Amino acid sequence: MKTLLWIQGLSCNGNTQSLLNAENPFFYEIFQKIKLIYHPSFSYRENLQTIIKKVKEEKIKINFLVVEGAVTSDKRFHKIGDYSVAQILEILKDRADYIIAAGNCASFGNIPATFPHNTDVKGVQYKFVQKEGFFPPDFKTRSGYPVINIPGCPMHPAWFTQTITALLEGKKVILDQFNRPKELFMYLPHDGCTRNEYFEWKVESEEFGHKEGCLFYNLGCRGPMTHAPCNKILWNRISSKTRAGMPCIGCTEFNFPLRENFFETKKNMGIPEEVPLGVSKRAYITITGVAKTLKNKRLMVKLEETD
Amino acid sequence: MSKIKKTKEERKKEIIKAACRLFAKKGYYNTTIPDIAEELGMSVGNLYNYFHSKEELAKYIMQYSSKLLGDEIRKINEENISTKEKIYKIVRKFFEIGQEQPELIEYFLRVFLSNREVFEEGCEGFLCVQEVVTELMLFLEEGARKGELRQQDFFPAFVTLMGPLGGMVFLQGENVLPKKPIEYSDELAENIWRALKAD
Ligand code: SF4
Ligand code: SF4
Repeated sequence: MKTLLWIQGLSCNGNTQSLLNAENPFFYEIFQKIKLIYHPSFSYRENLQTIIKKVKEEKIKINFLVVEGAVTSDKRFHKIGDYSVAQILEILKDRADYIIAAGNCASFGNIPATFPHNTDVKGVQYKFVQKEGFFPPDFKTRSGYPVINIPGCPMHPAWFTQTITALLEGKKVILDQFNRPKELFMYLPHDGCTRNEYFEWKVESEEFGHKEGCLFYNLGCRGPMTHAPCNKILWNRISSKTRAGMPCIGCTEFNFPLRENFFETKKNMGIPEEVPLGVSKRAYITITGVAKTLKNKRLMVKLEETD
Repeated sequence: MSKIKKTKEERKKEIIKAACRLFAKKGYYNTTIPDIAEELGMSVGNLYNYFHSKEELAKYIMQYSSKLLGDEIRKINEENISTKEKIYKIVRKFFEIGQEQPELIEYFLRVFLSNREVFEEGCEGFLCVQEVVTELMLFLEEGARKGELRQQDFFPAFVTLMGPLGGMVFLQGENVLPKKPIEYSDELAENIWRALKAD
């Protein structure tokens, strides 16, 4: 049976909480197929120090090493027993087939990496856009994969379970330029958003939580420029931020949360500075100019009032 | 020697020129398709090969002028120069076109702006002048993004830029300008720059 070891760096435990919500397969189903050697929230028999010792003595083999949380070597900020999380990674890095960064902190550094009093906080292989994470850019695990990033704040449980199931079955997982599995992260929250019609006709929401309107222009939605399948693989099978009327804040991206105001679309002279992925600003402006002119009457009223 | 056949596009340009002249002189409603055909020495039937109606012609003229000016502003937009220099170039270009093809500007002022009902369908909003508006949006956005122009809403900035140009042409049309509009170009550009620039 393949084995999995889960460690936590600087983290809020959110990805673990998210994983507990996994369905199809459920959390316990996954760990019937994989032996969970250690997880800080579930293990009670042996502590991590003992397990690391056994790994060093080759009494335990690790197939999957999952890292949740950002990495620092500064023990004043994070310590597990006598180890810093960086030391643990150093010891285990060549002893795992796959290293998976679970969540945005482990992937890109996220909120912990913005802490001004410790600049030595990073993701496992990236720090935001730079490949200046804890491992060097060319680092690869025994299987030939770099650190596989499953970002998100938190990650969706299905993103994790799908990836690990694929790897378990020996399938090839294609990664994008930020080492995220393409199968999942080639989509945008914009794909499948129930507000697409409003986006097309440039009918904008003015308030959070309303069913009507697109959240792009006035409320800062990052759906058209974020890689995540949030409207394809729904949260709790039911909803997503944009479905509920909350703009996407781009939590799966390398540059999260560096943006200044999450609920504002940065504009110059009233024109959005960034436009949806794949179109030029010229094309975007032309199309929106036309779309605004051609008013769609159905979209101008509340949905309850339409026939 | 065989007569060189004019292309359809060239022919369309001539029609636009003649139509603009007549529309500006006699007004949109008082000008008929036969009048335009006569002005061109063309048969009415032949003219209909190019435009199915007076209204279609009227809208086409707007699209044509918008494309003409839009293409020129696009070239300026793509130059690697400061926002201030771009304003100087846009203003100059506008008056150059006005000098070369005065009928287009006359048409804009005396037909497009005064007979809005003709353009209500298919030419509403910015539909017929999209190229110019798009290029000016790109220009203003970039200027503000680079911090060279003051942040503000698009529309006030847009009219601050275009308003003076229209005003100058209007004065010329009223025959009260002692000099040609292009000779005021730099002064006007300076005013526009000062009005829009970041402090
Ligand atoms: S709300 Fe966001 S994701 Fe949805 S259509 Fe608008 S921009 Fe796209
Ligand atoms: S919708 Fe955007 S902010 Fe929300 S979880 Fe998906 S990627 Fe993150």
